[in-house]
Amino acid sequence: MSEKPKIALYWCASCGGCEESVVDLAEDILFVVDNVDIVLWPVGLDFKKKDVEAMPDGSIVASLINGAIRTTEQEEMARMLRRKSQVVIAYGACAQLGGIPGLANQFSLETILKFVYEEAPSVVNELKTRPLERFKDNGRTTELPGLWNVVRTLDQVIDVEYYIPGCPPSPKLLKEAVLALLSGHLPPVGTVLAPDIALCEECSKKDTKPTDLKFESFKRTHLWEVDPEKCLLSQGFLCMGPATRSGCGALCVEGNMPCTGCYGPTSRVRDQGAKFLSSISSSIGADSVEDIDKILVGIPDPVGTFYRYGLPGSMLKRKVVL
Amino acid sequence: MEKKNGQIRIGFYICHCGSNIASMVDVAKVSEYAASLPNVVVSKDYKYMCSDPGQEMIINDIKENNLTRVVVAACSPFLHENTFRNATFQGGLNQFYFQMVNTREHNAWVHLEAMATTEKALDLVRAAIYRVAEHKPLERKKVPIHPDVLVLGGGIAGIHSALTLANAGKKVYLVEREPTIGGHMAMFDKTFPTLDCAACILTPKMSAVKNHPNIVLWTYAEIVGLDGFVGSYKAKIKHKPRYIIEELCVGCNDCIEACVYKEARFLDEFNQGLSKRKPVYMPFPQATPQIVLIDPETCIHFKSAKCSQTCVTSCERNAVDLQQQPRFEEIEVGTVIVATGFKPVDARKVPYYGYGNFPGVYTALEVERLINASGPTQGEVVLRDGSHPKTIGIVHCVGSRDKHTNQWCSRVCCLYSVKLAHLLKEHTGADIYNFYIDMRTPGKMMEEFYNRIAEEGMKFIRGRVADIYPDRDDPQRKRLIVKAEDTLIQEIIKIPVDMVVLSTGLEPREDAQEVRRMLNITCSTEGFYIERHPKLAPVNTFTDGIFLAGCCQGPKDIPDTVAQAGAAAAEVLALIDKGYIEIEPNTAYINEEECSGCKSCVPLCPYTAISYIEEKKKAFINEALCKGCGTCVAACPSGSIIQNLFEDEEIFSEIEGILNFRNIQREMSYA
Ligand SMILES: Cc1cc2nc3c(=O)[nH]c(=O)nc-3n(C[C@H](O)[C@H](O)[C@H](O)COP(=O)(O)OP(=O)(O)OC[C@H]3O[C@@H](n4cnc5c(N)ncnc54)[C@H](O)[C@@H]3O)c2cc1C
Ligand code: SF4
Ligand code: SF4
Repeated sequence: MSEKPKIALYWCASCGGCEESVVDLAEDILFVVDNVDIVLWPVGLDFKKKDVEAMPDGSIVASLINGAIRTTEQEEMARMLRRKSQVVIAYGACAQLGGIPGLANQFSLETILKFVYEEAPSVVNELKTRPLERFKDNGRTTELPGLWNVVRTLDQVIDVEYYIPGCPPSPKLLKEAVLALLSGHLPPVGTVLAPDIALCEECSKKDTKPTDLKFESFKRTHLWEVDPEKCLLSQGFLCMGPATRSGCGALCVEGNMPCTGCYGPTSRVRDQGAKFLSSISSSIGADSVEDIDKILVGIPDPVGTFYRYGLPGSMLKRKVVL
Repeated sequence: MEKKNGQIRIGFYICHCGSNIASMVDVAKVSEYAASLPNVVVSKDYKYMCSDPGQEMIINDIKENNLTRVVVAACSPFLHENTFRNATFQGGLNQFYFQMVNTREHNAWVHLEAMATTEKALDLVRAAIYRVAEHKPLERKKVPIHPDVLVLGGGIAGIHSALTLANAGKKVYLVEREPTIGGHMAMFDKTFPTLDCAACILTPKMSAVKNHPNIVLWTYAEIVGLDGFVGSYKAKIKHKPRYIIEELCVGCNDCIEACVYKEARFLDEFNQGLSKRKPVYMPFPQATPQIVLIDPETCIHFKSAKCSQTCVTSCERNAVDLQQQPRFEEIEVGTVIVATGFKPVDARKVPYYGYGNFPGVYTALEVERLINASGPTQGEVVLRDGSHPKTIGIVHCVGSRDKHTNQWCSRVCCLYSVKLAHLLKEHTGADIYNFYIDMRTPGKMMEEFYNRIAEEGMKFIRGRVADIYPDRDDPQRKRLIVKAEDTLIQEIIKIPVDMVVLSTGLEPREDAQEVRRMLNITCSTEGFYIERHPKLAPVNTFTDGIFLAGCCQGPKDIPDTVAQAGAAAAEVLALIDKGYIEIEPNTAYINEEECSGCKSCVPLCPYTAISYIEEKKKAFINEALCKGCGTCVAACPSGSIIQNLFEDEEIFSEIEGILNFRNIQREMSYA
């Protein structure tokens, strides 16, 4: 019975969406369960760390790890799974590029803790209590994982063979990855398991995009009505489609929301945010510095716009002095 | 940067450039340092890398040491990149397995401190050595060249270029903005240093242009747009309305006779306003082509539409067409010669010389017309008040060598002043005073010419003229006082004269900047077009296939203008007769499978090299049009446009090289 290949699923700094995407396999999940042995999946199954620790090194065929690395515990688990697995797959935007949690690399740990435990409008904490890493009470010691100063991608902590992009990845990509693993026909190490072409390729609005686009202003979707027939970028909504890997089925743009870039760059681009910024600025229809300033009002949060899913994995990685 | 297992074997060379580089950069130190860098197997310094032995050294080293890459630190790639690429090729490698470091213009020549200059050289060298390891073999592409030539401007420069090319069997379009060709030279009576008659030299050439089967002469026409690249330019030409059907007019001048204005009433441009013409006129008797034109600014028909149009009825050939509109025409040519000439400085810019206020003050060009046998007075020097001058002052350097007007020496004014002194003396017998700052008479036969004329009894006063004002002692207040400091005797002198001649300098045409932008060539801050290299490529521009001739490149005399015009024609012929041009391979291309068809690049290319292929829904770059500017490469959001010689790996390794300075030992000892 346990001849089936062993698979581990683990989560680090993530929202749980990636776990959802596994469930989103729907009936296909039965196929997965039929063909593999899941040996670790904290969200779904009751295996413990010690169970995996007891397994021989390299006995797991593949670990799919989602989430970025912020805590000492996440790092420890990632290293342990690395030892036990033949293949590690960074699953989802956070593991691949740092994801939304990676935006924290704009602030120091102290700034974050201070805000979360003292300054946030919803917080009442007169004693300014902060969580402790170690707490002794009645002779017993409780420990919490420590926080690193920055958020890292999975491959900044351990070696990673493959990446499945997305926030979250589409079930289709997951299924294809599992099939590839089972068949043993694996692409070269380092490959992102998704099409290597930008999203416009699969967008139904592409034909309406003009060949002489110039940006005179940028619009934000909560303030303007979207024309569902027309390319979003051509309407002034910052759609990251041209700079983002496809494979999602153009879900957001088909739902009239601009692409926010969660599938990351193509293999040919080292820094998705910089590349898109470079692209957009080439087409700004401004003649003066004042015009440019006016246009930039439409991008109040450039890091959150261009690096929403990829700050730790980009060439910038983090704010220089935190 | 890791060692590439011996597959990459780099030869590094640093040139002393005599002492140009070696006096500021410790070349031995650089060569020793380069030897310590990854993949470098040969590292040398040498006095003149560009010389034969220098190149031989590269060629032999490639063969003896199985080099696979070459880096030379020397002057600007502009000067010798091709030299060293060629040596790399002679050694048996692809010529693009080469990288050049500019340690002269970018380093030795611009810094004052030898220590820092050497350190900078180390950084630049490291960047190149890191980069060259990533270079890929490339080939130059050949594209055919269109054999037709466009010459802009029909002064002596344009005329000479056009005739040279046409005589060699090439088709030339000569486009002249004025109604006649000839330029400034057509206005002169005689020319220095030989004092031969300008018309005798020029008019036969003008009619040769008109009659040459290989020359399409378009006067009263202008270029309004230029697209394309060397070998294949598309020029848009505007034919301004003459209100005369050019094909029908034979220049009989009947219409001028018949004009409702019985008297000529309007200032004649060609004669510098010293005579009058009618609204319908021939620019001057020898104008080429012999076609009249109507000036809408002065013609009654265009002012009020209330003219009996006697010109129209008088023409037996029905050549007058008052309805004529501007006409646009597109032509294809492979090369362009720019010969748009100069303009004399406006003498009003030096107000204290009184031009425009005192009728006795003339510009040199006006005097050229006054003494001209076919000028407004048939060569008789009559002043505006009808009198004949007995004393004449010629003021040199008007608008030249002065930081308030133009800094430069206009090169021809001293000589044409001497010429005018001679001619005025000949025509009037007057006493002639030349006021000069320095007598500048360089060039063959020029000093001899000056000496000869000086012996004719001219007076030469060394000193810049400070003021010109009416002589209070002259009861008629017609005489003028020329006040200057004679610097040889250190005395202020005041000379009363009847006529003042202002030797105005030469400056760029008013529209030099617009024309430059249209042609995509460069000009200096003052507005003269810049040659590619003053010694190596004096008639080339920085835009391939566009050449310069005559005063649009800088002030010069007719012999130099003609020499340059001939050189420009020769450069054009060399290109055409080769039949093709090799284009640099640093072009961009799109990998079709990788392009998502997002169209971001399409509008950005300044050379319109990118098109969107509807059927495939992909962008496509025409490599023949691509100039390798890199705009689209930076803008492609999915990184699907690649530029040869500027691939990401090449640029990133170069950056890595520049930034990897921590490993160098910074303390260096200097003896
Ligand atoms: C007063 C004076 C006296 C001189 N005497 C002598 C002398 O005795 N001996 C001597 O060797 N040199 C003399 N020179 C210098 C001589 O004039 C120049 O060397 C010569 O005219 C330069 O010829 P060019 O063809 O370059 O320019 P130009 O003679 O200026 O001809 C340029 C032509 O281009 C046309 N053009 C301009 N812009 C455009 C355009 N955009 N499109 C189409 N056509 C255009 C103009 O209408 C003009 O016909 C004298 C100069 C001056 C000012
Ligand atoms: S920019 Fe966005 S909306 Fe426009 S074609 Fe690309 S993916 Fe579609
Ligand atoms: S690099 Fe791109 S933008 Fe520049 S000339 Fe070539 S095709 Fe045009």
